[in-house]
Amino acid sequence: MRPSVQDMIAQSKGKKNKQMIEKIIPIILFLIASVSVLTSIGIVMTLIVETVTFFTRVPFLDFIFGTTWLPFSNKEAQFGILPLIVGTLKVTLIAVIVAVPIGISAAIYLSEYASENIRRVVKPILEVLAGVPTIVYGFFALTFVTPVLQAMFPEIKIFNAISPGIVVGIMIIPMIASLSEDAMSSVPKSIREGALAMGSTKFEVAWKITVPAALSGIIASVVLAVSRAIGETMIVSLAAGSTPRFDGDFTGSIQTMTAYIVQVSKGDAGYGTTIYYSIYAVGFTLFVFTMAMNILAGYVSKRFREEY
Amino acid sequence: MTTIITKKPIIETVSNQPSKKAVYETKQLNLWYGSNHALKNIDLEIMENEVTAIIGPSGCGKSTYIKTLNRMVELVTSVKTSGEILYRGRNIFDQDYGVEELRTRVGMVFQKPNPFPKSIYDNVAYGPRIHGIKNKKILDEIVEKSLRGAAIWDEVKDRLNENAYSISGGQQQRICIARALAIEPDVILMDEPTSALDPISTLKVEELVQELKKDYSIIIVTHNMQQAARISDKTAFFLNGEVVEFDHTDTIFSNPSDKRTEDYISGRFG
Amino acid sequence: MRYIEQQTVVKRMDGRLIINAVFKYLFMAATLLALLALVILLYRIVTQGAGHLSIDFLMNFASRFPEQAGIKAALVGSLWLMMVVAPTSIILGVGSAIYLEEYARQNRITTFIRMNISNLAGVPSVVFGLLGLTIFVRALSLGNSVLAAGFTMSLLILPVIVVASQEAIRSVPGELRDASYGMGATKWQTIVKIILPAAIPGVLTGSILALSRAIGETAPLIVIGIPVIIQFLPAGVMDTFTALPMQIYDWSSRPQQEFQTVAAAGIIVLMAVLLFMNSIAVIIRNKFDKRY
Repeated sequence: MRPSVQDMIAQSKGKKNKQMIEKIIPIILFLIASVSVLTSIGIVMTLIVETVTFFTRVPFLDFIFGTTWLPFSNKEAQFGILPLIVGTLKVTLIAVIVAVPIGISAAIYLSEYASENIRRVVKPILEVLAGVPTIVYGFFALTFVTPVLQAMFPEIKIFNAISPGIVVGIMIIPMIASLSEDAMSSVPKSIREGALAMGSTKFEVAWKITVPAALSGIIASVVLAVSRAIGETMIVSLAAGSTPRFDGDFTGSIQTMTAYIVQVSKGDAGYGTTIYYSIYAVGFTLFVFTMAMNILAGYVSKRFREEY
Repeated sequence: MTTIITKKPIIETVSNQPSKKAVYETKQLNLWYGSNHALKNIDLEIMENEVTAIIGPSGCGKSTYIKTLNRMVELVTSVKTSGEILYRGRNIFDQDYGVEELRTRVGMVFQKPNPFPKSIYDNVAYGPRIHGIKNKKILDEIVEKSLRGAAIWDEVKDRLNENAYSISGGQQQRICIARALAIEPDVILMDEPTSALDPISTLKVEELVQELKKDYSIIIVTHNMQQAARISDKTAFFLNGEVVEFDHTDTIFSNPSDKRTEDYISGRFG
Repeated sequence: MRYIEQQTVVKRMDGRLIINAVFKYLFMAATLLALLALVILLYRIVTQGAGHLSIDFLMNFASRFPEQAGIKAALVGSLWLMMVVAPTSIILGVGSAIYLEEYARQNRITTFIRMNISNLAGVPSVVFGLLGLTIFVRALSLGNSVLAAGFTMSLLILPVIVVASQEAIRSVPGELRDASYGMGATKWQTIVKIILPAAIPGVLTGSILALSRAIGETAPLIVIGIPVIIQFLPAGVMDTFTALPMQIYDWSSRPQQEFQTVAAAGIIVLMAVLLFMNSIAVIIRNKFDKRY
């Protein structure tokens, strides 16, 4: 006859261990969870410290208001960031023009018109589109979109803002489509059925009921996509060129903030040179832009959320 | 809390059998969910080797009460309690009373069958294993004994390695009972164990409860008055967080002393 | 006098139906356009690069001559990178998720950690590169090694894994926890024996998707200073290396037309690796699809 289970439990060792584990584990997990916070602090501190060093060499006002970016000039290097910002905005503008109508239309189609079967096919394909590495998009922009554009408009140069803009747009379509679709799908079915029962067409339901109700989510998705476009690096590094310019020309070579960081990193800007510190100043500016967009998106989706 | 215990008449009526000992003595228990006063001045004494049924309309506090007995109630939200519950003479709210220790002595069966997504064997062996029993032979023995105890051994003995979700809901619930039996608990708490089952499975579980009371003390919450009448020795009627009446089941159902009990069991509300 | 005349309604109905149909096809066309973009992209790359694909391409090191250029160093380098990134990011990600879902109290610190993770997800990858360059490459003197790049990539994909793991943990039914606690299990026992096994499909799917993002990321590697032309394989995590996207970037940015074919072949290899990883994610999702 074996002893009772309760007796065996009472005799089993490791009770003390158990209590120790229960005390230690939460501490370990808390330390692990704080890695993400340390990462953020690390990013901000890194950017601030190196940027401050940069500003000891280049006056702050020259940096943010300067319209000439000539870091590699032998005579007198100039670090006015506006040309890089303008370059970034050019690409972002074109991306938005491409992605917003297509992305939102696809979202409306998927949430209002498409059958369950179509949705089951289309959504994974959009996921694949979202999973394509940006280097692949960059190659596509350089070797396909640019030649096609040149064939149609001969004035377009090999490096320009339009081709990478279009491809960045393609890249952010899945983001807008899936986030907007999420927002529209969360509009209750009963509201749609109410409108349909009064004789509305599907388009009227989509345009007058669903889209307005989901507007905060749709706007937030666009703002997040803009943030992605601003931070996109490889597509512009490959296809946009490396000519910082402060003008309104889209057909010639430009340079974005991200592409500048890559250009310097590729070359051998010695540690401690002004050029070395300049990538942190540019990175900080980029960080501020994207962070502002992310905070705006969070604000929009919280502030204007519809309660059902 | 005062140390002087004033026995209320309600307790005296049920503690007049000297041969049986009390497993749970609840004294002036109050419980709040935030500002919601869910249990009010509960006094109950639960005897060993008996089936105690707790009945009452939804929201009367019967589920809360049974979950307080093994302190599962503390997992839900910020709860506050006053008063005491003595389990085998020791207050379960004592600072140094480990909840794990309490729950090792007190098994629980839940409303919905909730086997783990593991094999039938692993489900039943879960309790012994987490409490340090590793010997394969002993585990085999415990699993068989528990499954037999839960009257499901014959149905599953050839499929012990199948996922517990591959069997019917009624069988799942008996697996959950077997899982509770595996650590040979002192008390089994059952929180509406048949509410998700069909009539035939319900019957089987009810028969099982009758069988189990030989070895265990059972406290069962039920919304089904017939069930309480069929299987329990004592019945407590809860209303709005209070115990209205607690007595032998026969007395409660044939000759209740409180008008509200009579109204409830005759189906006038609830 | 009636306010709504059925006749006018019927008359207007035609126009409304036409608008409805027109927009339906417009929306559909937009969706198709997005899908078409993917088709063209894949078609172009396959037709460009397939000719250059061969065993030699997989077995050769990089070369100045396009016809001899191979991807061996990059392929092996990417595998090395994954060997650092996978354990680091999964331990950090799942650990954070367990903390946030199971242990964290609802207080300001917790809210701050949550907000921080969602903000971190929006930081451009090139900025993570700057972090890696300053902290890992320089401050910790890891140089442009597998370890430095692996840590940088781990932090980059950390938010994705945390969020996916949180969702997976949250979707484990509360009844299973209750059952485990009811048996007298401690919190950690319940997490290890019940919650994590039930959450594993979601955790793994999310982790693999995050890792496939890490394997395709280029910008942080460039900023860290990972070299391209390497004629040897790393022997340990402290060695320098190159990776698939770096190699593709280098070939794409060369002026010679022939190197574009090589780049396309490299992209096919990269996409094949991604396809392989994603298939594993799908298989895991289907295999572990448990009923509750």
